[in-house]
Amino acid sequence: MDVIVCVKKVPDTAEADVSVGAGGREINKERLTFAINEWDNYAVEEAIRLKEEDEGTVTVVTVGGKDKEDILRRSLAMGADKAIRLDMEDPEDSFVLANVLYTLIKDQKFDLVLFGAQSGDFNSGVTGVMVARMLGISHAAMVNGIEVLDGRTKTSRELEGGLNEIYEIKLPALFTIQTGINEPRYVSISGIRKARKKELKVMTPADVGVTEVKPMLSLEKMYLPPPGKIAEIIGGSPEEAAAKLASLLKEKGAF
Amino acid sequence: MDFGLTEEEKDIRGAAREFAEKEFPDRARECDLNDEFPRDIWKKACDLGFVAPYVPEEYNGAGIGYMGTCIIVEECTRFDPGIGGIPMMIALGSEVVMLYGTEEEKEKYLSKIPTGENICCFAVTEPDAGSDVAGIKTTAVKDGDEWVLNGSKMFITNGTIADWGIFLAITDPDEKKVHRRFSTFIVDMDKAGVNATKIRGKMGLKASDTADISLSDVRVPEENLLGERRRGFYNVMGFFDRSRVYIGAMGVGIAQGALDLALKYAKERKTFGKPLASNQGIQFELADMKTRVEASRNLVYKGAWATDNGIATPMDVAIAKWYACESAVKNCDQSLQIHGGYGYIDEYDIERFYRAAKVTEIFEGAKQIEKMIIARGLLA
Ligand SMILES: Cc1cc2nc3c(=O)[nH]c(=O)nc-3n(C[C@H](O)[C@H](O)[C@H](O)COP(=O)(O)OP(=O)(O)OC[C@H]3O[C@@H](n4cnc5c(N)ncnc54)[C@H](O)[C@@H]3O)c2cc1C
Ligand SMILES: Cc1cc2nc3c(=O)[nH]c(=O)nc-3n(C[C@H](O)[C@H](O)[C@H](O)COP(=O)(O)OP(=O)(O)OC[C@H]3O[C@@H](n4cnc5c(N)ncnc54)[C@H](O)[C@@H]3O)c2cc1C
Repeated sequence: MDVIVCVKKVPDTAEADVSVGAGGREINKERLTFAINEWDNYAVEEAIRLKEEDEGTVTVVTVGGKDKEDILRRSLAMGADKAIRLDMEDPEDSFVLANVLYTLIKDQKFDLVLFGAQSGDFNSGVTGVMVARMLGISHAAMVNGIEVLDGRTKTSRELEGGLNEIYEIKLPALFTIQTGINEPRYVSISGIRKARKKELKVMTPADVGVTEVKPMLSLEKMYLPPPGKIAEIIGGSPEEAAAKLASLLKEKGAF
Repeated sequence: MDFGLTEEEKDIRGAAREFAEKEFPDRARECDLNDEFPRDIWKKACDLGFVAPYVPEEYNGAGIGYMGTCIIVEECTRFDPGIGGIPMMIALGSEVVMLYGTEEEKEKYLSKIPTGENICCFAVTEPDAGSDVAGIKTTAVKDGDEWVLNGSKMFITNGTIADWGIFLAITDPDEKKVHRRFSTFIVDMDKAGVNATKIRGKMGLKASDTADISLSDVRVPEENLLGERRRGFYNVMGFFDRSRVYIGAMGVGIAQGALDLALKYAKERKTFGKPLASNQGIQFELADMKTRVEASRNLVYKGAWATDNGIATPMDVAIAKWYACESAVKNCDQSLQIHGGYGYIDEYDIERFYRAAKVTEIFEGAKQIEKMIIARGLLA
């Protein structure tokens, strides 16, 4: 099975102090640290597992400048076989990016294309699905289990409320991967060493024949949500407070 | 001159950081509280090539030298000084085999350390001789084709969990030159007469095992004399010239970890109606800490680089070890101070860092000993 995995480098905003830049269209990135998008990391791990179970190759792809190569090397160190960096600025518009990736992927040999279900920065969750449509192949989103059968896969998708849906999908196909599908391995030193001998190909938009398309969305303004006033302090004796809290949680659907 | 890390070194740093950040925090407090060595984390670290990474690839090591080792140690101790010691503490003494052992010894002993088949220890210190290495009293007497060892060792890291150890003993008491009276031995820890007792009540670094070891009529085959007879003292110094580099890296890691904790706390905590970090008094403290981290890191990297290139002097290494480890202690003190009363309670990590840091100024050559080496270099 030949698998292509699309990966993206995103800022780690979980613990950082995020602020919006002067133009109001971007967050300030200077002080942020960047790493592979969490969902993509699960996708890379899944691809490597599929390869290890069966035969085949794993190719990781990213769009961006040289500073993005560390996430490719990291994926190679985990066990991917080949990496491609398309040397252009990340368009950051899902449709434009999907068009770029489609152009690149359509000429590669693959049985399966994996994306992360979403990215930790913009969270739009649509790039993979758009690429599937452009390639004209079946897709499934929020995938949390893949079993390879003969020329098909048994694929499970996560629904709300802990429900799963299982499909049999004919290959080639494209899945967007949900976190928790596996436990991604750590990078080992021998992996880092081996990665240095693997191919990391840099291609230009011209090499791939990228055509220009217009973004379908335009970003007007970015702002931090104003602090809300919905916090409720629950008073009373411990017994009363606990009872009030329990009924509130029930009311809001926590149980 | 180039101050940057190579791409490979950056990748190694990233890999070590990710491992330490995910594996250590949940276990650090519990291991410290219970004097527990986390075997599972050690095994995982071995699988990833993080243990004794200076060992050459032909003996199953990662072969990334002391520079690579320091990067890993720094990242690991930044997240917990105790568990973070695994990359090198579990392998103390293995360098002696690497540097002075025969091919068979390297195969039989050294090659099992990076894989996690074995843990080793390095036994020099005795109840009455620490800094003064030449003051040790353990003896090894030749009896036929065996050596018979007697004596007691003190404060030996991994003493109760090691499979084998390097022991320094007197073999030639009548030798005129004092430093030529000693030899180093490899002793399998399951030999009759070897008795290790865990030391409890350490101030910190409790995820690392420390023990007293007594040797009574321990018989080892002739070939277990490691390196040349009468060169034991020099072998031990050869070890220290290397181990001090990564203990320096441990100092850098702890100093950085203490700074990380201080920064986070100073931004969150509000006093007098504003965050602590907005007071210039606190800002200057943070600046002190950062400067120490940077200075220490550069000294340690220089020591590691010089060691890997075979041009390190004992003075280079002593400077790095002394300064970085003192920085660890000072940064922990300042960071704890910034934490106020909370820093004094074990729910906050800085309390554990503070207790751990001190030992870096004592073991592998107390800081006064480092200064003696530096002064010797100056006055020679
Ligand atoms: C947790 C831990 C782990 C250890 N692990 C190991 C191990 O694995 N293997 C091992 O062999 N040892 C180990 N040690 C022992 C350690 O190396 C010694 O504690 C250290 O060398 C200092 O020796 P000492 O404790 O006997 O102190 P002493 O030598 O008695 O020194 C006491 C103090 O006096 C200072 N001092 C000594 N001589 C002079 C002088 N001439 N001028 C000025 N000041 C001087 C010292 O710097 C020190 O501050 C460990 C110790 C600890 C605490
Ligand atoms: C063992 C123990 C026993 C105690 N017993 C008592 C007791 O019996 N009764 C009682 O009431 N309290 C007690 N305390 C609490 C103690 O008095 C407080 O911890 C202390 O006053 C510091 O307050 P804090 O911990 O809130 O630190 P913070 O006030 O949050 O200060 C944190 C750090 O920032 C520094 N700092 C604060 N503001 C500024 C500023 N504007 N500029 C520069 N630096 C600043 C502080 O000096 C400190 O280093 C005890 C604490 C401990 C640990």
